[in-house]
Amino acid sequence: MTSEEAPLAPYRVLDLTTELGWLCGKILAELGADVVKVEPPGGEAGRGSPAWTAYNVGKRGITLDLASDRGRQRLRRLAAEVDFLIESFPPGHLEALGLGWPVLHRDNPRLVMTSITPYGQRGPLAHASASDLELMAASGAAWLAGDPDRPPVRISLPQAACWASAHAAVGTLIAHHHRQLTGRGQHVDVSAQASLLPALVHAPMFWQMLGQVPRRGGPMLVGRNVHGAALRNVWRCRDGYVTCALYGGAAGRRSNRALAEWMAERGMAPDFLRAVDWDRFSAVTADPEEIERIQTAIAVFLLTLSKREFAEEAIRRRILGYPVATVADIVADEQLTAREVWQELGGLRHPSGYARFDGRPARPRRPAPGPGEHDDEILAEGVPA
Amino acid sequence: MTRAALAGLKVVEFGAFAAGPHVGKHLADHGAEVIHVESRTRPDGFRTNYPPFARGTPDPEAAGMFAMTHNDKLGVTLNLKTEGGLELARRLVARADVVIENFTPGTLAELGLGYADCAADNPGLVMLSTCNQGQTGPHAHQPGFGTHLTALSGFIHLTGWPDRDPSLLWGPYIDYIAVAYGVVTVLAALDRRRRTGRGCHIDLSQYETGLQFMAPALLEHFASGLVPERNGNRDRSAVPHGIFPCRGEERWVALSVHDDAEWGRLRQALGDPEWARDAALATAAGRRAREDEIERRLSEWTSCRSREEVVGRLRAAGVHVAPVNDMADLAAEPQLAFRRAWRPVQHPVIGTYQAIGPSYLLSETPAEIRRPAPLLGQHNREVFCGLLGLSEEEYTRREREGAFE
Repeated sequence: MTSEEAPLAPYRVLDLTTELGWLCGKILAELGADVVKVEPPGGEAGRGSPAWTAYNVGKRGITLDLASDRGRQRLRRLAAEVDFLIESFPPGHLEALGLGWPVLHRDNPRLVMTSITPYGQRGPLAHASASDLELMAASGAAWLAGDPDRPPVRISLPQAACWASAHAAVGTLIAHHHRQLTGRGQHVDVSAQASLLPALVHAPMFWQMLGQVPRRGGPMLVGRNVHGAALRNVWRCRDGYVTCALYGGAAGRRSNRALAEWMAERGMAPDFLRAVDWDRFSAVTADPEEIERIQTAIAVFLLTLSKREFAEEAIRRRILGYPVATVADIVADEQLTAREVWQELGGLRHPSGYARFDGRPARPRRPAPGPGEHDDEILAEGVPA
Repeated sequence: MTRAALAGLKVVEFGAFAAGPHVGKHLADHGAEVIHVESRTRPDGFRTNYPPFARGTPDPEAAGMFAMTHNDKLGVTLNLKTEGGLELARRLVARADVVIENFTPGTLAELGLGYADCAADNPGLVMLSTCNQGQTGPHAHQPGFGTHLTALSGFIHLTGWPDRDPSLLWGPYIDYIAVAYGVVTVLAALDRRRRTGRGCHIDLSQYETGLQFMAPALLEHFASGLVPERNGNRDRSAVPHGIFPCRGEERWVALSVHDDAEWGRLRQALGDPEWARDAALATAAGRRAREDEIERRLSEWTSCRSREEVVGRLRAAGVHVAPVNDMADLAAEPQLAFRRAWRPVQHPVIGTYQAIGPSYLLSETPAEIRRPAPLLGQHNREVFCGLLGLSEEEYTRREREGAFE
């Protein structure tokens, strides 16, 4: 074995996930595990959608009919030989098929089995159904997003399954670490709702520490100024939007000053702005009226710029900010090209290689499988039929 | 008592805010020894620049986000600009399995604490360098905060209403995506080390981890040229699909209908009003054509009922529904309480606070959250004398030289 070997190369994963857990198997696959996706005959629901393709690359695929005795027996035999099993059926579904954790664990005491569900395996909401929208709502994430005069919003691209899957991969590998040291497998119970809690950042602490319920601010950042001033973070520019802000802290002071100097060079800094002492100004403690005055001047200035002009000058002048990118901006970003992020797989281009291990990116090695594409191959590898 | 899953794992953190240190939190929750290194001259930004603070006034010992990020860690202070501070940092690294850092690229190397320096003494070391845009490439050195990197990765453009400016996602959403990937890559690298004896340097780009959560939109763009736009709460297949007001101030409910049978169940839950009986609404295409009207009708129905009643009725009818929980709701939410998503810890300055527990529950080795986040330099003596074996004289000398500033 060499250090060039992929980090999880020796391990095999049985992936029974639905949409909620697709990304978990992909994460394990790009780290080198042999992930075998199990689908019903003919392929699973959602097959072929952009999300399906994005999150099933790197996997091999077999079909098994879990409605038949033969299919269930085959799955049980496969589960006895693998290192990991990941699934996202409703709680109790696999038990009802005779394939629950107690059975699989007895067959294979080293197995790490990870179950991903909207709310978790047990508890008052364990059997409540939830799609992305309900999970964004139930987790508190939606509460914090959107304009204050309209309903809260989710992100227009589903996110809850991504969070659940990424946390499932974390829990799976923590259990794996323990199993490799002790020989003992375990069951990992992942809640999509709970997986979103870190995305609330500091909002829960306002309730805990101050009894305040923070509200969504739309393009304005709330909760950073001790007097409660809202700091604009999304600004219109000539061809879209850019993001930057008034800051506190040492790096923030440099950025505030650099932006003000740029405005002055363009003749767009009013007298009061040129008089601000940027060594002392901090957006954390500044007076809300002063913030408002400065922000009005910044808004006028940024409207004269394009996204690209802002992005280039922000880098040159070390202003903390970026364009508010569309997917078209992202695919044109020279940084991503330089990092060789785009990977061709099965005629499609995927974002890939987010982590480099000694310079070698972890990438999926094959396109998403056709239904049952590897049935024969896996049979030939000696797994009992 | 069972052994914690990560007992015996030794981790040292250099860095601040969330992207590095929250990786360490996941490891500490499961029993790893995690030493967070900061300096008194420049404390972690989560201590100084990030409300809320207990009692509302900035105080590095009463900062909410620091408390949230550092439970069950050891906190030490080292001034890495002093020879003594640097030497102690090297000794911490020499006994570590994992170093986590989230400085701008090259910062640690300039101090002589880069991966090459550290691995020379400790070839099994796994070092995670997590930064905004990766260690290489033309923008590697561009500074920036996670709140804004979230916009660079496309999430902000896709949040909000089609006729309005994009909305923020409260804070550095993307940092916590990178955190999950950071934990995964560290554990995978440790596994390979068990087999090969060799550690490695992990270069993790937060921007690129964010793109993993954007992947379907990127794939579709490559395939068809589509540039998706924010669309409030509407969905491409489910209809209706939205968040509606309930009785009371700022009480909201999320509900969605994913097929025609579910539409029938929603109709029944509403009491099958005349407008909903319209046969044109029985198909998704028909409902899509009149989505504005359906949303208005649903709002009329929800807004004169309590959120609890709406959720109860729709859930009983088998319709996708959930309350839009605010932060007070979440603190008392029964399902999260059942899973112990919030874990009370006692902090000497803040008092009792609820640390966040993992979303993944391990059946044999559950996470134990026992200790609050450390005060500045709280564990200096415990770490430098206890773990590194400094004598009392050495410790006092280092202290006098300013190594712990």
